[in-house]
Amino acid sequence: MTTALNPKYAFDTFVVGAANRLAVTAGRTVAETPGSAYNPLFVYSGSGLGKTHLLMAIGQAAKKLAPGLNIEYLTLDEYVEAFHAAIAAGQGDAFRRRFQGVDVLLVDDVQFLAKRKEMQSELLRLTEALQVAAHQIVLTSDRPPGEIADLDERLISRFSGGLVVDIGPPDYETRVAILRRKAEERAARFAPGVLETVAGAAFDNVRELMGALNRLVAYQAVNETQINAATAKQLLGLKAEAAVPAGAAVARGAAPAGDEFGQFLADVTVGLGKAVEAWRARVAEAILRWEGEGYRTRRLEALLEQQAPAAVDDAIDAYEKDVERLKVLETEVAQLDPQASGQSQFRDPERLADAEAAAAEVRTGAAPPPGPSAAFALATYAVGPSNDVAVSAARDVIKRPGKKYNPLVLVGKSGLGKTHLLNAIGLELARARGAVVACLSTQAFIDELIAAIDGDRVDWWRARYRRATALLLDDVHLLAGKDRTQEELFNLFNLLLDKERQLVFTAPAPPGALEGLEERIVTRLGGGLVAEISEPDRELKRHFLEQALAQPGTPPDAALLDYLADRPVDSVRSLIPVLQRVVSSAAAQDVPLTAGLARDVLEGQPREARRSGGLRTSGIVVSSMGGVKSREKMVWDWPDVADRLIEEYR
Amino acid sequence: MSLVNFTTREITCKIVYYGPGRSGKTTNLHYVYGRVPEARRGRLVSLATQTDRTLFFDFLPIDLGQISGFATRFQLYTVPGQVYYNATRRLVLQGADGVVFVADSQARQLDENVESLQNLQSNLLEHGVDVRAVPLAMQYNKQDLPRELILSPADLDDALNFRGVPSFAADALHGTGVFETLKGISELVLKRLAAGSTA
Repeated sequence: MTTALNPKYAFDTFVVGAANRLAVTAGRTVAETPGSAYNPLFVYSGSGLGKTHLLMAIGQAAKKLAPGLNIEYLTLDEYVEAFHAAIAAGQGDAFRRRFQGVDVLLVDDVQFLAKRKEMQSELLRLTEALQVAAHQIVLTSDRPPGEIADLDERLISRFSGGLVVDIGPPDYETRVAILRRKAEERAARFAPGVLETVAGAAFDNVRELMGALNRLVAYQAVNETQINAATAKQLLGLKAEAAVPAGAAVARGAAPAGDEFGQFLADVTVGLGKAVEAWRARVAEAILRWEGEGYRTRRLEALLEQQAPAAVDDAIDAYEKDVERLKVLETEVAQLDPQASGQSQFRDPERLADAEAAAAEVRTGAAPPPGPSAAFALATYAVGPSNDVAVSAARDVIKRPGKKYNPLVLVGKSGLGKTHLLNAIGLELARARGAVVACLSTQAFIDELIAAIDGDRVDWWRARYRRATALLLDDVHLLAGKDRTQEELFNLFNLLLDKERQLVFTAPAPPGALEGLEERIVTRLGGGLVAEISEPDRELKRHFLEQALAQPGTPPDAALLDYLADRPVDSVRSLIPVLQRVVSSAAAQDVPLTAGLARDVLEGQPREARRSGGLRTSGIVVSSMGGVKSREKMVWDWPDVADRLIEEYR
Repeated sequence: MSLVNFTTREITCKIVYYGPGRSGKTTNLHYVYGRVPEARRGRLVSLATQTDRTLFFDFLPIDLGQISGFATRFQLYTVPGQVYYNATRRLVLQGADGVVFVADSQARQLDENVESLQNLQSNLLEHGVDVRAVPLAMQYNKQDLPRELILSPADLDDALNFRGVPSFAADALHGTGVFETLKGISELVLKRLAAGSTA
């Protein structure tokens, strides 16, 4: 039923001149963005001026750009015929469905709608359906919609609602260009002035022009001699005054060999036309390119609307510079806040200032993720047999982040130095150039996510962490029951792992023993290295104490170190208050720190010590029940009874 | 002078015929003048001596009418060929959009041709213009003279056209090659217009 598109009728073979430029530009736009630019596109012109050529060119160009498009070309008569056949077969609905599914519908010669009421309402329905579905419809006619006899007002308004353009008869220059191209296509060579003579004749349309050319081609082929301008005129029955442009006619009159100037004029006309109009091609090319990349090209289109804008290349350069800047801004914003990068100002060079402002806003809001604490240096981390596996793994991670142990999970009870080691790793990793180390407690991670959800800035929050070159989370077991955070961590984990960025976690127990964590998180945590830190051994404690008591010039008393290191504490952290007590006592009494003092403070005569120093003391005492009680855990300074009463009364 | 004036929608193309004395520059203009319809040409201004030697310059304006919406004019100039009129040559050369170098094909004039070509180059440089940047065409005139007196276009190409610009054999007195040369230089000028800025 529909006619196949004739490959000869393409934009490449369409000679563009002043009379058809608008129609061709609109046609190209429609072919590139069907359904969005001018819908419907209504092209009208006298017969033989290229309507069908343009219609088919639109179809071919659209097909070339998007081969998946369903494109139909047909004349109105074919459409009417098909409709009648469908109605006769009881397939009216199927017919309608078929055409409503067409992406680009090209209907030729719609002037034949005149006085066909039933077809008008059918076409109205189809036009509405196609427009609603954003499918393109292009129509051609030999007259504008308003002049088609008895055309339904609604159709007139529909057709006029898109773009109505006309194609005028080609001017002399275009006629010369058409003739030259067609002669070239036919591999025909004519003597100088022949084609100009034909172009100068008052042919109403291109078809007649082609007819004249064909006669010359045929004559020349039969006679095997090159015809000249005079013979051409004679062959075509042209009158002298109508044969060439006015100027050239006078030229011939002025001198017998006046053709020379006529030929020169024709050549210069074509050459100059191309040269002057070359800027249009450059602008159109730029529009095509940037529209294709999704940028608004209003500024460039405005150039085309001018007759002859000055400094076109500068305008294009400036536009492209702005686009490049937009690209930079968009990329930057996409990293900081993907949600913001989709904003329209990043695609409109006219709104570069808005884009700059939006980027600046995102930049200020895009604080880096929390980093490691400077208080936990690796150098101050005490190492002993109880944690040497973890420390060795940490050193490997620092040396080759993301490559060796990823993730590294530091496991151990509270107070064994996991947080210290985690931060120490973070500090070391942060030394690398361009490093963005996210090091924080899991609780802070959860709180940040909640705040981001609350502020509708989850994308921004994600982007912040996705930029991280290393993620170190303390107390990962706190994720238990936090499904959303687990989900986010899961995605972040995968993303960072893919990019070989280091992940380090701490947990009180091996991943498998952590409750409330999703299996996918557990398996991922266990996928790298799980390094356990056990209760501090004597060597580690002694090392720790040595560091803690170190003073410039005076090494700590070895007996004191031995004594304190021998104290049965379950973590390094619980050694700290013990040490503080001894140090405070020494300071209060203004005596040197010795093992004897420590023993006195921690084991003997606590009440006297309290009285004498007015300080709370603690230590390990053997209770009457035979068990060991830690004085550190006991409250020695009860408030006065009166204070307590007032407190309770309140 | 700008080739294209977008404000007034005018295109003015200044073409200067350059070359040694008596090479046929003015003859070129006379031939063109004779072929251009009266309505399209201005007065051929020729300041010549009693002996028909160009004293100052020849000037032939040609109005090509409206082309692509632009009022298009060609202005053809010649320069005085004699060595001692260099200041005039330099003046005429100013703002040229294209130059036709009219060489005298006679073998005995070769040195004058070379000298004039060098003079063209130095005068362009005086205007801050590199000869390579100016549309230039060569015309080997007087090719109608007996073979034994002239150099062939190929020989002249070897001797003068080391830049490989378009060259045309001509007999300006009878018109051979005159419009071909004009067309050739026009193409070069327009090509530069298309390639370069529109301003």
